[in-house]
Amino acid sequence: MSTIALDRGMRHGFSLAWRGILKIRKNPEQLMDVTIAPIVFLVMFTYLFGGALAGNTDAYLQMLVPGIMVMNILQASMTAGVQLNTDVSKGVFDRFRSMPIARSAPLIGAVLADIVRYVVCILVLLVVATIMGFRVQTGPAELLVAVGLTIAFGLCFCWASVFVGMLLKTPQAVQGMMFVLIMPLTFGSNVFVGTSTMPGWLKAWADISPVTLMADALRGLLNGGAIAGPLTGSLIWMVAAVAMFFPLATLAYRKRV
Amino acid sequence: MSLAIRAEGLVKHYGDTKALDGVDLEVPEGKVVGVLGPNGAGKTTAVRVLATLLRPDAGHATVGGHDVVKDPRAVRSLIGLTGQYASVDEDLSGTENLVLLARLLDYSRAGARARAAELLEQFELTDAAGRAAKTYSGGMRRRLDLAASLVGNPSVLYLDEPTTGLDPHARNEVWAVVRKLVANGVTVLLTTQYLEEADQLADTITVFDHGRVVAQGRPDELKRRVGGQTLQVRPTSLRDLDAVQRILGDLTGVRPTRDEDTGLLTAPVNDPVLLSTLVRKLDDAGITADELALRLPSLDEVFLALTGKQTEGSLA
Repeated sequence: MSTIALDRGMRHGFSLAWRGILKIRKNPEQLMDVTIAPIVFLVMFTYLFGGALAGNTDAYLQMLVPGIMVMNILQASMTAGVQLNTDVSKGVFDRFRSMPIARSAPLIGAVLADIVRYVVCILVLLVVATIMGFRVQTGPAELLVAVGLTIAFGLCFCWASVFVGMLLKTPQAVQGMMFVLIMPLTFGSNVFVGTSTMPGWLKAWADISPVTLMADALRGLLNGGAIAGPLTGSLIWMVAAVAMFFPLATLAYRKRV
Repeated sequence: MSLAIRAEGLVKHYGDTKALDGVDLEVPEGKVVGVLGPNGAGKTTAVRVLATLLRPDAGHATVGGHDVVKDPRAVRSLIGLTGQYASVDEDLSGTENLVLLARLLDYSRAGARARAAELLEQFELTDAAGRAAKTYSGGMRRRLDLAASLVGNPSVLYLDEPTTGLDPHARNEVWAVVRKLVANGVTVLLTTQYLEEADQLADTITVFDHGRVVAQGRPDELKRRVGGQTLQVRPTSLRDLDAVQRILGDLTGVRPTRDEDTGLLTAPVNDPVLLSTLVRKLDDAGITADELALRLPSLDEVFLALTGKQTEGSLA
């Protein structure tokens, strides 16, 4: 692909991202399930179980917030597939595809618009957590890296959502399927409780789950502590997710549209 | 005359279903060709192939001389597409929808705004320009959809069932727009289930059934092909129905069909002179008629004769 074609693809991608951002602005309720739901979990777990699980709620909150960030970003990345599926089934894509624009532009646009969604979700979560008493123990640089890493994590795993979005027929089916995938993925980790009391088979998975490793990396960045190990593990997962789901997603996309 | 669209032997399967089973289609530049057929006849599939959205399994097609499979980009720069279901973004306003498409067609920011305003003006949507498309009426949405397909000044326009689900007023508005486009030299491929629509807009009609072309020609040619003309009489008084039926039967040598509810008698004729004879005979018998006409069969009747089934979306 020549640089001119790439440039056009990006430019068209930005135009379509602008559309995605307009849509978020017009339907802010689209952000509800990725902001309200994690906040409900945050409040519920902190005040209901925090004392029992970590001795006191403040200590639990410090442990929980990085984990909820991972959960939040996974749920936010689910929207990409739902949105693309909606566009395809509503015929909006037919118009785009009948125009002389880069074929990849709609995908690029959807993913670029997702970054805005991710930033909003993480910011809302951090503000609420701060009000509840969460404090970054390290520094602004570490916080920035943590936020950037979380967004990168979302961008890597959103290809799974795009893949499912292109595979299933209706937006509702995509939503249901992603929920079924993400729920066990987030709960089968150390986001809410340590893995030591889990049965062997679950502990074996939870210890190497991308959610656990990413949550640990964020804990290291925000609370201090080991970073290198979990960060390496997370990066491996992220590369693996892209290596597996990006080709699958683009293949399914080409077949579907 | 050069051809804007030429398709030869198009085949498209969906599993065991043959959506297209060897379709040939020619659309001369600047003309309107109506593709007529029931649901599932393959009309939309044909449009999707010609709009580069779908690869045919066999056969080939060119638009403006460019092959739809080998050079889709060149085809896309010539065409505009209005889908069966209005494919504008319902969350965005009229202006935003058009600006987005103009930007995708490489208009500058200012140029895109100007083009959007111009089209909104042309389609009488200026007052609603800032409102989300989902608040538009059916007719307004279809006009916006048409405007959206025209952003890039296409020379070939596909209208896939442009008035399905519209009320008669909104339908007339869409027809007026299409006529204006054709007057400006745009080539139009129109699919419709409505015979009246094809009759009103199309220069030639292609009838699809089961993925095949079953008839092709000018509307009046198609009507003539199916049979001669029809004589229709409705006596003023229902009491005269038997007498008129007898007279009409004697004249045409065919037993007229009789509609008891409307009091309408219909008989096929081959000789147009029979009309004046009938008038004389009715006069002699002292019978007056509310309705007396010699006409070509309706396209509904043509369609029935060609495909053996009623049109589902008949306007009648």
